[in-house]
Amino acid sequence: MLSAKNQRRESASLLIKGGHLIDPAAKVNAPMDILLRDGRVAEIALPNKIRGGADEKFDARGLIVAPGFIDLHVHLREPGQSYKETIASGTAAAAAGGFTSVCTMPNTQPVVDTEEWVAWLRRPERGAVVNVFPIAAATRNSRGAALTDFAALQRAGAVAVTDDGKPILDDEVMRAALRLGAELNLPVVQHAEDTRLTEHCSMNEGATSFRLGLRGMPPAAEAGIVERDVNLAQQIRESRLHVAHLSTSDALKAVRRGKRAKARVTCEVTPHHFILLDEGVGEYNTNFKMNPPLRSSADREAILVALADGTVDAIATDHAPHAAHEKQVEFERAAFGITGLETALTLAITKLHRDTKIPLTRIVELFTAGPARVFDLRGRGSLERGNFGDVTIFDPKKRWTFEAAKSLSLSRNTPFDGWQFTGKVVATIVSGKIVYRAG
Amino acid sequence: MMHGLNSYAMDKPARGSLLGIEHLEEKEILGLLKLARRMNPLKARPLLRNKRIVLLFYEASTRTRSSFEIAAKSLGAITTLVQSSGSSIEKGESLLDTGYTLRAVGADAIVLRHPCAGAPHLMAAHLDIPIINAGDGMHEHPSQALLDALTILKHKKSFKGLQVAIIGDIYHSRVARSACHLLTKFGVKITLCGPPEFVPDVSTTLAPGLRVTRHIEDALRGTDVVMLLRLQKERLAGKKIHLQDYIARYQMTPARLRLAKRDAIVMHPGPIIRGLELTADVADGPQSVIVEEIRNGVPTRMAILARALGKAK
Repeated sequence: MLSAKNQRRESASLLIKGGHLIDPAAKVNAPMDILLRDGRVAEIALPNKIRGGADEKFDARGLIVAPGFIDLHVHLREPGQSYKETIASGTAAAAAGGFTSVCTMPNTQPVVDTEEWVAWLRRPERGAVVNVFPIAAATRNSRGAALTDFAALQRAGAVAVTDDGKPILDDEVMRAALRLGAELNLPVVQHAEDTRLTEHCSMNEGATSFRLGLRGMPPAAEAGIVERDVNLAQQIRESRLHVAHLSTSDALKAVRRGKRAKARVTCEVTPHHFILLDEGVGEYNTNFKMNPPLRSSADREAILVALADGTVDAIATDHAPHAAHEKQVEFERAAFGITGLETALTLAITKLHRDTKIPLTRIVELFTAGPARVFDLRGRGSLERGNFGDVTIFDPKKRWTFEAAKSLSLSRNTPFDGWQFTGKVVATIVSGKIVYRAG
Repeated sequence: MMHGLNSYAMDKPARGSLLGIEHLEEKEILGLLKLARRMNPLKARPLLRNKRIVLLFYEASTRTRSSFEIAAKSLGAITTLVQSSGSSIEKGESLLDTGYTLRAVGADAIVLRHPCAGAPHLMAAHLDIPIINAGDGMHEHPSQALLDALTILKHKKSFKGLQVAIIGDIYHSRVARSACHLLTKFGVKITLCGPPEFVPDVSTTLAPGLRVTRHIEDALRGTDVVMLLRLQKERLAGKKIHLQDYIARYQMTPARLRLAKRDAIVMHPGPIIRGLELTADVADGPQSVIVEEIRNGVPTRMAILARALGKAK
């Protein structure tokens, strides 16, 4: 937890000693000591080889030390919905989950579609505990029609554009967005959902939706848009397409096709899509309602394969906090989304590493080098000398029980309350300062 | 209000709740049917004297509402009807807050009809009084399945070896879902019949012993019970169905009915649309038990309410 003492600490150097460094971008997977100085990585060396003192030491014996985790997809609800989350509370939850950087989605009230709002998000008054990288709206008010001023948004600090929550459906608008993005080297993030096929739908189409009498979103509603977007990305030179929260086997096929054709296509997957299934909705549990919805076991298997084989670029949480009164309603009327910042790493270790035997190096890559590449976050995603001193330290073997009531998020809408996990964040360091330390 | 809105935990519904057929055990169903057979609205004992039953109806209803009301009153209960129009629901009160309000005014049980699937489950998870599902969206309509079972057993010796054809819009039908759950628990073989828009292939995953056919002749041959469903025009959003095609392929006519067993009965949960899913001759014919179903609704719902309030002895 962030304490006033931590905030006041003015230590210029921090030595992380005795840990095992996993830095996939630098191809390091070995015991290493790390010296951070003035917010940057000053030195990486074999154990006990760093000479000279440090203002502070962190004993990382028995722990994994990794570049700070980056979450490409969070909803911190400001401006406009601070009853669900604030940048301060959301980034505190991010720090507790090991994230040193989060990319915020623009579907706020109002929509972040001007440089003023992008700048507003980045101001110190917001009280962010970790780095905040705004993603701006791709179209004005995210209506899917007129493009926003990408260049101005980028200058103000936006790392990508999207209409997340909604898709960019119109072919010509998407083509124009990718074209403009290509000129500026700015990724266009697509929430792939053909909303013409998902009207009034509240979960995945299948046996469970039929049993519950709920209208189901067909997997083709996602895959159809991804296929179209990949085609556009192949046609438009230098365009950058990033597929948000990919959830279906067919959408993965389209991404693979794009990557093979050397198009600049990337994608992210959420922890809930690699661990949960649509049948988890059970008897209308609204904490299993999100968009894209939880899918079938065949889709989940395809996602696990793609996480292992490199098709997926990043694990992103789609952290979507909602107040109790927005979830404790009829299933069809409940808000889509769940919180995810504090459970992402442990879900990855539990499901991907412990159960599926994906190596820890690959998991760390999906949280670090992978996402850093997707949005070109320079100086992050790896701990090479001179890079930002953003570090995540975790215990891959620690067993613990997640309690939603203790979450640092303002909201409690998680399906993982009371789940027993393996792997826990021990400390989170942003620009050389410890912003979270497990109690 | 005294409720805590801080937990999503799905607690067990209050004893006596009837949320659906799917999770009922066979012996509970048989118990309800046995009780229903002993219930006579004209000679009812005041088992539920001074009990307050709220009929909370968010959707239009004739049969279900009136028969629940008559059932409750026959047992001596006090009933209140709350509908969305003319209540605080119109002002935006949430389902749970309406539930807490009704609990606070002294409701001993709530009979809920709601356009959203799972609405009774939400209420049951947060209220300590029995919730009776009187139809939730496209999900279940348990009292209808029970009264249909009662009707079938008045004409057939037992469920054993029975063949049932359910014809029409299964996808949108809570009646069909509840009937499938109930009858298959007793080994009944059910054929679901209709075009793919109404009877998707996934329908067979609902329960064991279900089969799908697109041909009405195939569904009818050798069947003991023909269950027809109304075309729910209000739920047809986005479905490309041509009424004339439907009538040509799936309307129940006297000629088609002859393919079924000679003693087959024709059922329909109502409201029926003559000339659409069935002809008037079939609706009014000797094999039709449609009116009897409505009549059986009252003792069935008396049994459900008596069980709900612990007076099922």
